[in-house]
Amino acid sequence: MTQIVLSSVSKRYPGGHDALANITLTVETGELVFITGHSGAGKSTLLKLMAAIERPTSGSVIVNGQNIGTLRARGIPFLRRNFGLVFQDHKLLFDRNAFENVMLPLDITGYDRRESARRARAALDKVGLLHKEKARPIALSGGEQQRLCIARAIVHRPAVLLADEPTGNLDAEYATEIGTLFSDFNQVGVTVVLATHDAQLAARLDPRIVNIRGGRLVA
Amino acid sequence: MRAWASAHRRACVSAFARLTATPLANLLNITVIGIALALPLGFYVVLANLQGLARDFSPQPEISIFLVAEATAADVRVLELRLKSRAGLAGFRFVPRAQALEQLKSRSGLADVAAGLSGNPLPDAFVVTAGAGDAAALETLRAEFAAWPKVAEAHVDSDWARRLDRLLAVGRYAVLMLAAALALALVAITFNTIRLQILTQRDEIEVAKLIGATDGWIQRPFLYFGGLIGIAGGITAWLLTALALLVFNNQLGTLAGLYGVPLKLTHLFWADSLFALLFAAGLGWFGAWLSVRRHLSAHNPS
Ligand SMILES: Nc1ncnc2c1ncn2[C@@H]1O[C@H](COP(=O)(O)OP(=O)(O)OP(=O)(O)O)[C@@H](O)[C@H]1O
Ligand SMILES: [Mg+2]
Repeated sequence: MTQIVLSSVSKRYPGGHDALANITLTVETGELVFITGHSGAGKSTLLKLMAAIERPTSGSVIVNGQNIGTLRARGIPFLRRNFGLVFQDHKLLFDRNAFENVMLPLDITGYDRRESARRARAALDKVGLLHKEKARPIALSGGEQQRLCIARAIVHRPAVLLADEPTGNLDAEYATEIGTLFSDFNQVGVTVVLATHDAQLAARLDPRIVNIRGGRLVA
Repeated sequence: MRAWASAHRRACVSAFARLTATPLANLLNITVIGIALALPLGFYVVLANLQGLARDFSPQPEISIFLVAEATAADVRVLELRLKSRAGLAGFRFVPRAQALEQLKSRSGLADVAAGLSGNPLPDAFVVTAGAGDAAALETLRAEFAAWPKVAEAHVDSDWARRLDRLLAVGRYAVLMLAAALALALVAITFNTIRLQILTQRDEIEVAKLIGATDGWIQRPFLYFGGLIGIAGGITAWLLTALALLVFNNQLGTLAGLYGVPLKLTHLFWADSLFALLFAAGLGWFGAWLSVRRHLSAHNPS
């Protein structure tokens, strides 16, 4: 049960203009939602608000019944474990190999090592990177890095996947495959919120589409 | 509970990994800490040995009771009886004034002075050997004697022991100050080491936080690392002190052979050693904790 409710949410970065203005949006458990919009529209900001990476300037973001704006700092890690995060800039660790990168979320939650390793390999296999488990991210192509980031996001079987441009660097074939992967996750009950420019992907998967322009919802 | 134990094991392993990741830098750090800690540790060992020596060699303290110049033989007898009946004394002897003058004459350098004297200016005296008792008890006894009739004054002759005691107290104080100053240095060294580590692992810390790591999870390896550095420094200090003692005892052995007395400095007891190690570990941990608190807070959501 992971419902995400945004009510009249605005976000102003320090010294900047409003990245988001008056957004009201509910993502129900098990939904597949695409956030679309031009570059700079506020897609990443929206996802960051959901994951408590940013706090709203006004309005409320409520995840699992918890108000992110007032959540205490020590509660944030546990909230974030509900999410699998695919970052627009990947945020891979370049001093460790692919396998170790994928192990990180399980390490953090204190999983049994052997079970963790099994799961990490399964996740790498899902994104087609099992044969590169020993490779460092620097030795991976842009698309491979993106897939590694996805493997890390799904390895702990989160209730919600928040993916920021997960197919940005992928060719059409892999984009389709990754799209199918997200849709598979959604089929087994995972809530998926995905920010993308990729109109083709959206057309194929038939998700609910939330379009934003200049920080506002477009009806 | 299992998860907790495994989290600590992971932190420990990770701290060890960090120790071996930059072996040279860490070795240097540990050596510096070791030398810094060896100074107060060495001083402490020497002090503890001196204290033992002082206890072993200190003769039973004596109190000299000088009678007034016009005291008669009868007065002497009265005092003698009084001393005999006074409980708590190990013994006493009477030193008549004539004998005191002889002693003075026989002392080199003072013979001329004594010869130049007209008559005998020295008084009769009793030398009392006090029983067991500390400096305060001795002083009370002295005051008691001084108040007796026909007694001009009373002196405690174990002044040198008391002076040594006071010197040792000053020494202990100096060691304490030194230890405090160098403990501060140790804390500063680990603080800075951890600061550099946090800088180089900024990415890892950021990502870990983003995907749900608690502050505790992130801090633990740094704290363990600080503790490890402290212990390693403590062991280095202990070994350095042991080495210094070995060399010193060698020299002392030749000297002791000449005088026919067994002179030897002993190292800390294992309980003291363990305490020193734990103390060093605690300091390292504390330095790391300060650093982590100071440098990890920058990663919270705005
Ligand atoms: N940390 C920040 N500090 C200041 N301004 C920011 C920050 N992050 C984003 N912005 C601004 O907020 C607006 C929305 O940014 P956001 O990253 O949400 O856009 P986006 O829709 O994800 O764009 P893209 O498709 O290029 O990733 C932009 O104008 C951007 O300049
Ligand atoms: Mg973006």
